[in-house]
Amino acid sequence: MNKVIRLFTKDSAVVPLVAIVLGLIVGAIIMLFGGYDPILAYRSLLKKVFGNPYDFGETLTAITPLIFTGLSVAFAFRTGLFNIGAEGQYIVGMTGATIIGVQVNAPWFIHAPLAIIVGALCGGFWGMIAGYLKAARGVNEVITTIMLNWIALHLGNYLVNTFVLEPGKGRSYFVDDSAAVTIGWLSRAMDNARIHWGMFFAILAVIFVYAYLWRTKSGYELRVVGFNPDAAKYAGINVNKGVVKAMFISGALAGLAGVFQLLGVFLNQPISAGHTGHGFDGIAVALLGGNTPLGVLFGAILFGTLSYGAAGMSFGADVPPEIIRIVIGSVIFFVAAPGIIRWVLKQLRLRKNKGEVA
Amino acid sequence: MNKADTVVEMRNITKRFPGIVANDRVSFELKQGEIHALLGENGAGKSTLMNILFGLYQPDEGEIFVNGEQVVIDGPNKAIKLGIGMVHQHFKLVHPFTVTENIILGSEPTKGLAVNYKSANEKVANLSKQYGLNVDPTATIDEISVGMQQRVEILKTLYRGADILIFDEPTAVLTPQEIEELLVIMRKLVEQGKSIILITHKLKEIMAIADQVTIVRRGKWIDTLPVAGMNPNQLAEKMVGREVSLKLDKKSAVLGEPVLELDKLVVKGRQGLRALNETSFVLRRGEILGIAGVEGNGQSELIEAITGLRPIESGSLKVLGTEMAGAKTRKLSEAGISLIPEDRHKHGLVLDFPMRENMVLETYYLPQFSKGGFLDYDAIDAHAKRLIAEFDVRTPGIHTPARALSGGNQQKAIIAREVDKNPEILIAAQPTRGLDVGAIEFIHKRLVEQRNMGKAVLLISFELDEIMQLSDRIAVMYEGRIVGEVDPAQTSDEELGLMMTDFKAPQGGGQRE
Repeated sequence: MNKVIRLFTKDSAVVPLVAIVLGLIVGAIIMLFGGYDPILAYRSLLKKVFGNPYDFGETLTAITPLIFTGLSVAFAFRTGLFNIGAEGQYIVGMTGATIIGVQVNAPWFIHAPLAIIVGALCGGFWGMIAGYLKAARGVNEVITTIMLNWIALHLGNYLVNTFVLEPGKGRSYFVDDSAAVTIGWLSRAMDNARIHWGMFFAILAVIFVYAYLWRTKSGYELRVVGFNPDAAKYAGINVNKGVVKAMFISGALAGLAGVFQLLGVFLNQPISAGHTGHGFDGIAVALLGGNTPLGVLFGAILFGTLSYGAAGMSFGADVPPEIIRIVIGSVIFFVAAPGIIRWVLKQLRLRKNKGEVA
Repeated sequence: MNKADTVVEMRNITKRFPGIVANDRVSFELKQGEIHALLGENGAGKSTLMNILFGLYQPDEGEIFVNGEQVVIDGPNKAIKLGIGMVHQHFKLVHPFTVTENIILGSEPTKGLAVNYKSANEKVANLSKQYGLNVDPTATIDEISVGMQQRVEILKTLYRGADILIFDEPTAVLTPQEIEELLVIMRKLVEQGKSIILITHKLKEIMAIADQVTIVRRGKWIDTLPVAGMNPNQLAEKMVGREVSLKLDKKSAVLGEPVLELDKLVVKGRQGLRALNETSFVLRRGEILGIAGVEGNGQSELIEAITGLRPIESGSLKVLGTEMAGAKTRKLSEAGISLIPEDRHKHGLVLDFPMRENMVLETYYLPQFSKGGFLDYDAIDAHAKRLIAEFDVRTPGIHTPARALSGGNQQKAIIAREVDKNPEILIAAQPTRGLDVGAIEFIHKRLVEQRNMGKAVLLISFELDEIMQLSDRIAVMYEGRIVGEVDPAQTSDEELGLMMTDFKAPQGGGQRE
């Protein structure tokens, strides 16, 4: 019994939970200030997410890319890199998949895997550019990845425009059915929610990241490089190679987010004026999840649920979607400031102890 | 008890941390105008006790009296108000700021809205003169030496009106000359009516300067006695709790063939200047070759060149007779070079990794620890358990992060890992820096053991005592060159000291065996 209690009172488990509760409370207070009913709003949120099969399916669809981009950021972080470029890697990965999906003709068992692999490689390549610049020229990856985000946006638009544009539509052709990774029967069972295989690949990616970093030789090397590059050098580990490799894998994970959004959800790529935000949300998800693979999974579920449920809040309780961004923001704030949570917990414990004495 | 000349009294202080009693009813008394050493091994509770006095921790039990009055010190500000100042082991200075700016930080004298730098500079200069500190108030911290930086820390406490100064391991970062100067400063402070608490585990310093010594061991008060009439062995015994030999038993060296040969090695340093300027020496099986020298004369670059971490410009580096100049770190490691690095936190360990992963830092890729790209954690765990047991590394377990271990145990772990690689050449850089007597004894024994087994040991240390005690042969390094070789049995601290500063060319006294 003691063991169970310890498991749940371990800081790592309690802190995020308390952070979420505090975030929701702060959100409620803000809603009260704005003259909205927070209880009704949160009820509407849950109703929106769990109320019917369609919305539930769509919530899962919203969570999937966040798992990938969250893993991407967390993976880089574990190897000592701050990848702000998941957004750009997402776009480049998506573009790769679009071109293969539209231009190649092949049976499904070749076409879909090819589109996925090419998309992942494209994302990985995009990440690798930043890794190479850091390793060879010492350029800070934060700066390069931010700039590469913009290059990716316009490069993606250019490639779509040049190779796969459907005339007069402002978007690419639809990808061939043989490249799509939708799950028709499940979608139909869930009132045409856009369910696709990406979700399962996301779970596999969670397992992959864990197994790779904590079980393999090369993951061990990357972690040494991440935690102590000097010790890595002394141990004869090639730090520069590690940086490039880590950015490749991180980029590939973000690329897969774009790949599955395209092949599973949109099926065509629009010419876009701005970023989707999935890559940036990945930073928040990684932070929520404490940069652990399992944490990222839960972080993505929380983030995706709140984001998707926002529509319900505005519909059911008339709360503007901006408010839910504030709720998400406050949850992240409290997670990122574990000091505050520990202080709150300590006060609670002290009070409890005093109560016992008195 | 309110003796007029007692300035600090701590009575029965108890402080508990989760899982450990850091101080268990420890009492301590400091008299006006004395230097009172607080002696104990790492983790004995010296720093905890002083952090309580400085208000950084609150005691769970016990009372504190300052100048006869009972006080509650709830923070450093309160301690400063009571006239207590602390010179921390790791300086707390703003590097781009000037000396004066650092000193007045937090209590700036103002003139209207502006800081009155003129009067501040004057005050700092006066204080500096009064205590013979010789600090330039307008220099920036970046420009001055580590020894000077420490004096700025001392000035900081004086500026705030401290009468009771706590020095936390003050000599850990200083060169022998700077240590001498510090001792002079401490005497001067006491002459002018200050009282000093000296936290240390170095017996030599206590013998040289302290009036009283209080010994703590595993959180408990052991003894308080006057230093006069004690000898280092007695103190060491009280500190460690068992007999320790400060002298090493060493059979004479049985020399074998050369395993490491440097010939006119040239390596560039950080500023692009020659850090190694045609360095040559030969290291043989079965000997400990000590490299003596003042810090910054090319020792770090020498280690980096031999281990493949720094490119070699010219010259030859032979390992076991094979030319290895320009080889990569891993290749040199596989050729039989092991390194106990200078900075165990920065270079020797990944502090956030569990011990088991730290024990395979250089060998994880070998077939015995990894199969098909995956690490074999069963083998790694067994390996870690064996080394921890063999080398008596005190750790709660193999899953404990290295960060949680004491400095001595971290060093033991590194030595275990390096020695277990069964190297031909063991390079030990500052192997006992910051360690206590017990750990030093252990590490020295292990190094001699390696030599007796016919390995070649290259010892690089800034501690002359260590070099003199361990080496079979001493090479003195000055400005990137070996300026002379001497036989430790036939040389003296003075001769070495002069060679280290190149005042005198080596005499014929240094014999080769």
